[in-house]
Amino acid sequence: MSKTSYAVGEHPDLEPPASTIGVIGWLRENLFSNWWNSLLTLFGFYLIYLYLPPLVEWMFVKAVWSSPDRVPCDAEGAGACWAFIDNRFTQFMYGFYPKELYWRPNTAGLLLIALMIPLFIKSFRWKWQLGAFILLVYPFIAFVLIHGGYLGFELVETNKWGGLMLTLILSAVGIVASLPIGIVLALGRRSTMPIVKSVCVVYIEFWRGVPLITVLFMSSVMLPLFFPEGTDFDKLARAMIGIIMFQSAYMAEVVRGGLQAIPKGQYEAAASLGLTYWKSMGLIILPQALKLVIPGIVNTFIALFKDTTLVLIIGLFDLLAIIQQANSDPEWLGFDTEGYVFAGLIFWIFCFSMSRYSIALEQKLHTGHKR
Amino acid sequence: MSDNDYIIEMIDVHKWYGSFHVLKDINLKVKKGERIVICGPSGSGKSTMIRCINHLEEHQRGKIVVDGIELTEDIKQIEAIRREVGMVFQHFNLFPHLTILENLTLAPIWVKKMPRAEAEEIAMKYLERVKIPEQRDKYPGQLSGGQQQRVAIARSLCMMPKVMLFDEPTSALDPEMISEVLDVMVELAEEGMTMLCVTHEMGFAKKVADRVIFMDAGQIIEENEPEEFFSNPQNERTQLFLSQIIND
Repeated sequence: MSKTSYAVGEHPDLEPPASTIGVIGWLRENLFSNWWNSLLTLFGFYLIYLYLPPLVEWMFVKAVWSSPDRVPCDAEGAGACWAFIDNRFTQFMYGFYPKELYWRPNTAGLLLIALMIPLFIKSFRWKWQLGAFILLVYPFIAFVLIHGGYLGFELVETNKWGGLMLTLILSAVGIVASLPIGIVLALGRRSTMPIVKSVCVVYIEFWRGVPLITVLFMSSVMLPLFFPEGTDFDKLARAMIGIIMFQSAYMAEVVRGGLQAIPKGQYEAAASLGLTYWKSMGLIILPQALKLVIPGIVNTFIALFKDTTLVLIIGLFDLLAIIQQANSDPEWLGFDTEGYVFAGLIFWIFCFSMSRYSIALEQKLHTGHKR
Repeated sequence: MSDNDYIIEMIDVHKWYGSFHVLKDINLKVKKGERIVICGPSGSGKSTMIRCINHLEEHQRGKIVVDGIELTEDIKQIEAIRREVGMVFQHFNLFPHLTILENLTLAPIWVKKMPRAEAEEIAMKYLERVKIPEQRDKYPGQLSGGQQQRVAIARSLCMMPKVMLFDEPTSALDPEMISEVLDVMVELAEEGMTMLCVTHEMGFAKKVADRVIFMDAGQIIEENEPEEFFSNPQNERTQLFLSQIIND
């Protein structure tokens, strides 16, 4: 409010507005825009000062990076004992898989990466065929390589699989299988056929209402009781089926959200052109619906990836379980923190990559239409 | 069949939405090459009527025969009829995730199993007819409303339908874009396409229609040649309607 009035033309110049560019400007605008924000900023700096240097010191400066035993880690003032991780690294990656056969899962992994590279090359012309190959043929190649028992490959029972390898196998199988099953369930739930619809509703509501840990427990403890004497059904396979059933119910609801967001006119336009139900779903509705729910789908994938750690309760040694097991090794007692930091880092890298990929995918598929 | 020269026959068609009687005893016969304009107040059932012809809406009583195929519950017959009948919607309903060219070639390739090269050739022919061949690689969201509606017309034409249904094709358009769409429709009419248009564009009706049908409260109240219809409407409700829309 101005108290004084001026004659026309005699108003003194106002002060120039505060700078909003450059480092100073940025600081002023974002960190010190008023006294309350300034206070918060200073408090924030104080917390960083309090915790960051010791953390860096523990994690990097005074850390013991490698050592055949725990002696240097026990020295006065030693930081993080990464030597523990270093010593156990192959076990964290492969579980109890025989050392001399590590090349087999490695080959399977590298083969998958090699097969997937062309999918990211724009001008590559056989994407559909290659994609189908990866989804339909590659799993058998990977199975023969990792599991063995065929073509002269030595058999490695699934109870020897473990570590990051097992985590990746479980989540890859879960992701690849739950998406198509989820799509079918979502379509079924929106079907006008009463039987199809109620089967899907019951399935979804049942599996969504049960905790995953119960599903895994049932699959491992209860299910064998129903099998006839002597039949043994692989524990890992049972866990996989449990995870797929469970996650596909979640996926179905995410996809259904996308289907409901597609305007009725799209269904009508597709129908009026004479497209059959499956063609109009596959060509018109699902491509749009799935694109809309990429964030939800990736969210489910990330949840699935982290939920695979629950298999430890049925005695499978995924990454987290094998780290926990290593923590109780009498030779290396007391390094739980290092183990969990390592597990957290690995999980974070994978989840964060999925999240970034989903953002990139959304941008790539954006075709500039409104809505 | 004796009544071979009728391409669409609707006999005693009734439809209900729940307890609401939307279509009451509709009888309509359309000859090959005939151009029919359907008008009437909103909620009178005119859109519902033409949407029954390609079974986007289901009729509960009566008989609809399109090009000798009777419309029943049988999905195969419904699909067969939809291949013969093109439809243009008020809100265009182009497929936003596909380019203009892909919008046009989709149905010929997937429904008619046409080779891609041939489908693209036909698509370009129709894009040129609606005067926007240069937009072929754009997405629908990048076009104006009038352009989108012309693409939608071309998309239907690519299936080489025997009948075209227009469901208020210009009512969602900005005024300056209406004429570009109507021009395309007039051209189509002059080439002898059988057309059923739900529209309030009376200029269009006068220019091309063989018959104008007036509907109110789910019934066909009056039908006549355009000149008679506009100059000398018989029914009271028709007179009221016409006086309201032709106010200048």
